[in-house]
Amino acid sequence: MDYLGDLQAFLPGVITAAAGLLVITIEALKSGHKSVFWITALSVLAASFFAIQDLGMPMKEAFSGMLVYGGTAAFGNVIILVGTLFCVFLSSDYLERIEHNYSEVYAMMLFATSGMLCLAGANDLISLFLGLETMSICLYVLAGLIKNEKEGAEGALKYFLLGAFSTGFLLYGAALLYGATGTTSILGIGAAASSDLLFVAGAALLLIGFLFKISAVPFHMWTPDVYQATPTTLTAYMATASKAATFMAMILVLSRALPAVEGLDWQVVLSIVAIITMIFGNIIALVQDNIKRMLAYSSIAHAGYALVGLSAGTPEGYSSVAFYLFAYTIMNVGAFGVVAYYERNKGLDFSDVTNLAGLGFQKPLMGVMMSLFLFSLAGIPPFVGFVGKYYVFAAAINANMIPLAIAGVLASAASVYYYLRVMVYLYFREAYKEIELFDPALLYKGALIILAVLTVYYGIEPVLPTTGLMDILSSF
Amino acid sequence: METLLNITIYLPLLGIPLILLSKNENMKKWIALIVTVATFLLSLPLMFNFDVINSGAAQYLTEGGRITDNLDIKYLVGLDGLSLLLFMLTTFMAPIVIISSWNSVAKHLSGYLSMLLLLQTASLGVFASLDLLVFYVFFELSLIPMYFLIGIWGGSDRIRATIKFFIYTLVGSLIMLVGLIYVGYDAGSMMPGTSFTLDWRFLSSEAYQIGLVEQTYLFMAFALAFCIKVPLFPFHTWLPYAHTEAPTAGSVVLAAIMLKMGTYGLLRVCMPLFPNAFMEFAPYMATLAVIGIIYGALVAMVQKDVKKLVAYSSVSHLGFVVLGIFALNTVAVQGAIIQMVNHGLSTGALFLIVGMIYDRRHTRMIKDFGGIAKQLPIFTVMFMIATLASIGLPGLNGFVGEFLILNGSFFSELYDNKIFAILAASGVILAAVYMLWMFQRVMFGPLENEENKKLVDLNAREIGLLVPLMIFMFWIGVHPVDFTKYSENQVTELIITSKEKGIAVLETSKTEDLPEWASFFYGLNEAEKSGSLMVSTK
Repeated sequence: MDYLGDLQAFLPGVITAAAGLLVITIEALKSGHKSVFWITALSVLAASFFAIQDLGMPMKEAFSGMLVYGGTAAFGNVIILVGTLFCVFLSSDYLERIEHNYSEVYAMMLFATSGMLCLAGANDLISLFLGLETMSICLYVLAGLIKNEKEGAEGALKYFLLGAFSTGFLLYGAALLYGATGTTSILGIGAAASSDLLFVAGAALLLIGFLFKISAVPFHMWTPDVYQATPTTLTAYMATASKAATFMAMILVLSRALPAVEGLDWQVVLSIVAIITMIFGNIIALVQDNIKRMLAYSSIAHAGYALVGLSAGTPEGYSSVAFYLFAYTIMNVGAFGVVAYYERNKGLDFSDVTNLAGLGFQKPLMGVMMSLFLFSLAGIPPFVGFVGKYYVFAAAINANMIPLAIAGVLASAASVYYYLRVMVYLYFREAYKEIELFDPALLYKGALIILAVLTVYYGIEPVLPTTGLMDILSSF
Repeated sequence: METLLNITIYLPLLGIPLILLSKNENMKKWIALIVTVATFLLSLPLMFNFDVINSGAAQYLTEGGRITDNLDIKYLVGLDGLSLLLFMLTTFMAPIVIISSWNSVAKHLSGYLSMLLLLQTASLGVFASLDLLVFYVFFELSLIPMYFLIGIWGGSDRIRATIKFFIYTLVGSLIMLVGLIYVGYDAGSMMPGTSFTLDWRFLSSEAYQIGLVEQTYLFMAFALAFCIKVPLFPFHTWLPYAHTEAPTAGSVVLAAIMLKMGTYGLLRVCMPLFPNAFMEFAPYMATLAVIGIIYGALVAMVQKDVKKLVAYSSVSHLGFVVLGIFALNTVAVQGAIIQMVNHGLSTGALFLIVGMIYDRRHTRMIKDFGGIAKQLPIFTVMFMIATLASIGLPGLNGFVGEFLILNGSFFSELYDNKIFAILAASGVILAAVYMLWMFQRVMFGPLENEENKKLVDLNAREIGLLVPLMIFMFWIGVHPVDFTKYSENQVTELIITSKEKGIAVLETSKTEDLPEWASFFYGLNEAEKSGSLMVSTK
């Protein structure tokens, strides 16, 4: 066993886990120490650095075939770490403002990230479950951070109960698959794939577990409540990094463990789920006044768009999903970041979209960035959201699933209304009364500006983020 | 020269940070003006150096690298006969629009000017791009500034108007996006060395042919997007609303530039890519166009608001353009192209004039005016010229376009029925009715309203921005060859290529394979079809 090699293969995860332990130790010795934030930020930065080094490498196995690294997994790691990094930057200022700035938050984020990295590189059902649970348990804690308010407790409990339930599905599915094939290795399952009932039932339960985590309809019930209850920057973390990790795991499982066998046409199932998710998410979002609930439903719809790419079931489809997740991560963290800025401003509550009336001109930078992220989420060029949508729909059309693509574009046309509605209030309506908004911290502003620049850059220069991502992903 | 084209497209963007950084209100306006004037001056060499003989070949090409080796998605801009005039119209209108709003913007000046400049880059990009995905990106980008222009600086019902405008246009173009991707893969499979291409030079060539059924679907997807943008009856409902609520500058840009994107798209994309569907749908599209011409004119006649009247007259005028495009012969298509420019000039001028009177009286209702000709002599002259240009009086630009279109449609083999041209011609008469009647009620008659007695005539700024428009109205009216020459060769070639392509597709595909609904459109037998096409290529 080459332990050192294994650790090096999982270096980003090792770094974040170690940093998490360090943060807990510091907290135990010196509660609320300032260094915690910087340790978190620097460790995530270092982990991202190593993850980026891995990009473009061929996919290899580590830990006796429990994990893979390089290739698709490396790209997943980069998305997860980029999302985490920006959420950490945004969190310190925001949590300070809502008086919930505990060191444990950072520890939980680091552990969750470590779990996500494990999940995105899982090559075995055991490591997949391990990663998923590490991630989920930490997220349950984060969801209940505002425990003294009714919504906070309710959201956390709902998340925990439903999450545990869905993990049960996933585990049961894994057990059935093991029963059907006699192995937990993803490649081994793929090799022994058959259309007997045990295998089909196992695969279906496994998919249900995944669909819950990415909040696809009809497994989405928890999403709005949990997103609303969680502190906003942590919602951003939940909505982007954890979804990206689950999607990357889905890509690995779908492409390697569940090949198209007679009687097991998960492509059709996924495309139906995708259509329902896109339509449902967007239509419910239309009537939301609370901006966080609106973004929650919008993130349900976005999971639907990503599912469009997955259900194409081609290498092109998988790589389009990977790019979509990247696009979704940067624009959604940005949008939640601006919402977090407006949310509790000088003791006033701006979580309702109607309360934003006329605020766009107050702090022009924040207003412009909000519009930019929302246009990107709506899929209007020249922003990265358009490129992402373009790739998934192109994959679907190339896989001859034109009705799916048409459903997708129509759903996204409907979505434009609620994104525009935020801008209507920000810019087109008069302010109710004179309000002086505060100036966000430099770090906060800086993080948002970088996200905005990325959103525009990858929209104008629609190259995949690294050269040859397409080729790596095509090598399935 | 390639660089010059790119500079022209992106120079307006460069003005935005300058405007945002400058503190002084006057300074901001001057920056915007200097930037737009510079853009116009820089675009002039593009026109003077344009190779008129080879207008069919794209000139001043800039070709970027492909995204990946097997996806031929790339930055590709250049000008050819179809786009040159509209490109020049866009650079020409921009300074006029900036000057027109010199004193009328009360709030958020930097945002206003930035949006106008962004809109200019987007519009120039639409006309210059030769890769259809780049075209699509600019096409959509142009919605964002217009959304804010109407929403922030518009009239009382601006929010509903701007959302309706945005979503209406977006639905069409998203369906077009699906079509676009389909075409991309389809064409990529026929082009060696790539699996996806949207290079217009390849798509419009005879090397790329699409089967009849696919053509029908694709044509409908693309035509829907463009018809909403034009807007062709019955997709026009967003237009009068958006026009009435938009600020003057917004209306001018909307009428002069943005509506042209629709007709331009029909010409640039639908005609060469889907020639069979284009020809089969031509009579139906012409029917809608004629309905639009007459309906727009009749509705315009009963409007009480001058701006709404001009907006409905746009529906009518754009109907002529669509009628000309689908006639598919050089005369009519040439007429359509020059009519796009004409409509930009005359309707642009009319919106400016309505804006000027609105600035003075804060009303646009016809009944609030009457007899103001004595009060405002210069205004009256300008208004009269713009009105007559819009009606199509010989000697002014409108006549040239309408005459060519009617002439071409009259002999069009595709329509094969003179009724289209005959009915459309009645639109010219109706135009005279609603425009002159409105002019009479506003300008002549007894001067009764006390407030109208205080009106002051146009100042130097206002005259200065109208005079260039008037010059071109006369110039095109008297000597249209100076303008039509740019597109003539390309239009002739493109029509021949499209028709030959259509014949080739018909020869290779079997009509009996068509589903029932499609054979409704392709009902004629092959020999008859090719026969009629053979005649028309000559």
